[in-house]
Amino acid sequence: MIALGSSMERPASHRGAARASLGVRAVAARLLGWSLLGAFAVAVLYPVLWMVLSGFKDNQEIFNQPWAPPGELRWENYARAWDLGVVRYFTNSVIVTGASILATTLISAWAAYGLCRLRLPFGNAVALLVLGGLLLSPTVALIPLFRLLTSIGLFDTHWALIVLYTAFRIPFTIFLIRAYMIELPRAVDEAATIDGATRTQVFWRVILPMCRPILVSAALLQALFAWNEFAFALVFISDEALKTLPVGLVAMQSRLLTDWPVVLAGLTMAALPTILLFLVGQRQFLRGLTEGVGK
Amino acid sequence: MGALLTRWRTWLWVLPAVALLLVFVYYPIVDNLRLSFFSWNAFSPEPRFVGLDNYAEAFADPVFWRALLNNTAYAVVSLVFQAGLSLVLAALLEELVGKRMRGLLRTLYFIPAAMSITVAGVLFSFLYNPRYGLVNAALDAVGLGHLGRAWLGEESSAIWSVIAMSQWQSIGYTAVLFVVAIQRIPREYYEAARVDGSGAVRTFFSITVPMVREMTTLIVILTISGAFLVFNEVMVMTAGGPDNSSQVLGTWLYRKAFFEDDMGYAAGVATVIFVITFAIAALQLAVSRRRRYDT
Repeated sequence: MIALGSSMERPASHRGAARASLGVRAVAARLLGWSLLGAFAVAVLYPVLWMVLSGFKDNQEIFNQPWAPPGELRWENYARAWDLGVVRYFTNSVIVTGASILATTLISAWAAYGLCRLRLPFGNAVALLVLGGLLLSPTVALIPLFRLLTSIGLFDTHWALIVLYTAFRIPFTIFLIRAYMIELPRAVDEAATIDGATRTQVFWRVILPMCRPILVSAALLQALFAWNEFAFALVFISDEALKTLPVGLVAMQSRLLTDWPVVLAGLTMAALPTILLFLVGQRQFLRGLTEGVGK
Repeated sequence: MGALLTRWRTWLWVLPAVALLLVFVYYPIVDNLRLSFFSWNAFSPEPRFVGLDNYAEAFADPVFWRALLNNTAYAVVSLVFQAGLSLVLAALLEELVGKRMRGLLRTLYFIPAAMSITVAGVLFSFLYNPRYGLVNAALDAVGLGHLGRAWLGEESSAIWSVIAMSQWQSIGYTAVLFVVAIQRIPREYYEAARVDGSGAVRTFFSITVPMVREMTTLIVILTISGAFLVFNEVMVMTAGGPDNSSQVLGTWLYRKAFFEDDMGYAAGVATVIFVITFAIAALQLAVSRRRRYDT
């Protein structure tokens, strides 16, 4: 702050001189900066663009003119990819993602409510348990989970994925929702309680509606996670008919070895939902990410 | 008695979360530690106690060390790109680009992170294809054709090619997190620096870098622990090959458990991953706790 104060006292002419002296070097630096940003944008975008466009090509075009745009838009590649398995994987992903979004946000919102609004016996122990859950990773749990799921009959069912996607994302989601709920004025639930509402009514009619923005963020992040999850889906589903997109696409790639356009069309279709979701809900996404990362 | 019952009834709010965490997150970690002291496989489901043999076997196994080394390489490269370069990109974005364009670029940069790792992995395995891939075609086009190779098929380049893809997918994500952190820096600091005639580079190092320190710490931690947990992209692109040259701890444990049916050994590897990532995560908690008490 001291530096700030002293610089404010400088005469304006001084400022102008300093700026002018930057001159050529400053322009060169800006140019360099811009080209770095531009190069990065191209590097990021080009593979994605190539994927989408190649999905419209035929094999000849992909192999002989990899850089050229497709000669015509062959929608039949997309139709074929859809029929050759994407439709099934897609449906499975929708089921698993949808169910786990519902379960995760609801269970987390309950727990967040319990943790920050009610005086829970051993509430601190519960908070610690949730916090500790953030430190435990899925990879480490693969073998015991394989045994556990087999013994309770969930192995090779959608339930396995729904339950695991929920359990492993609860800690993060609870903290996300809790950070938001804690900021809500207590006067609101007190007023409702005085009016004769029970705790359950306060939760459903007062707290939950007020938490909508953060619930949307939580749901979006869960969608991104569940739609893209690979390790659990690989190990705990073996029935081809139950596979979700991430695993199904790999299976499809090895099945259609030489049919690049169809595989690329499948990839494009698999990527589309989360990219669209991100584009539409960008603000909620970022809020969730930065809140979740920062707390 | 009635009052006590009412107090415990509040537990119903956290019960689903606690139960899921205990059964599917905590129990597997403990069980994994126990299993790592046993030898067992699908054919002899009755585990036999072998003490530390699994660990001894792992530590004497060159593939284990190779995997650990690959994880370390993953961590180092990811730090350079995701904690270093992405901060530079974020700063450039804030410094040079007008408001509307900035939003557009930020969205673009994030797109790969919204795609699933499988989509990215399969896409890049096409790009890396020795005969028809864009990478070799691009090298040819600029007269560096002799550098072309079977990127994922050769021991010397497989893991690096996977790591490169991973940077492509994640840089934009951390850059966006840095953008948010930079936007939280009070504008006056930059004005003051400008008035003082401080150049862009100096401003970056004397204001931006120290002011986003908290986010940097967080990204460093997330990046390192992510590098030791990595599984998906390696599995999709090389499955650890050729000749185990691109194994990481995660894929090595998967292979040992589900292909070579050496569950005890695999559980041992999982415990090693757990110890590494837990230590890193605990470090993060300690650091962020201290920060919070400091301010």
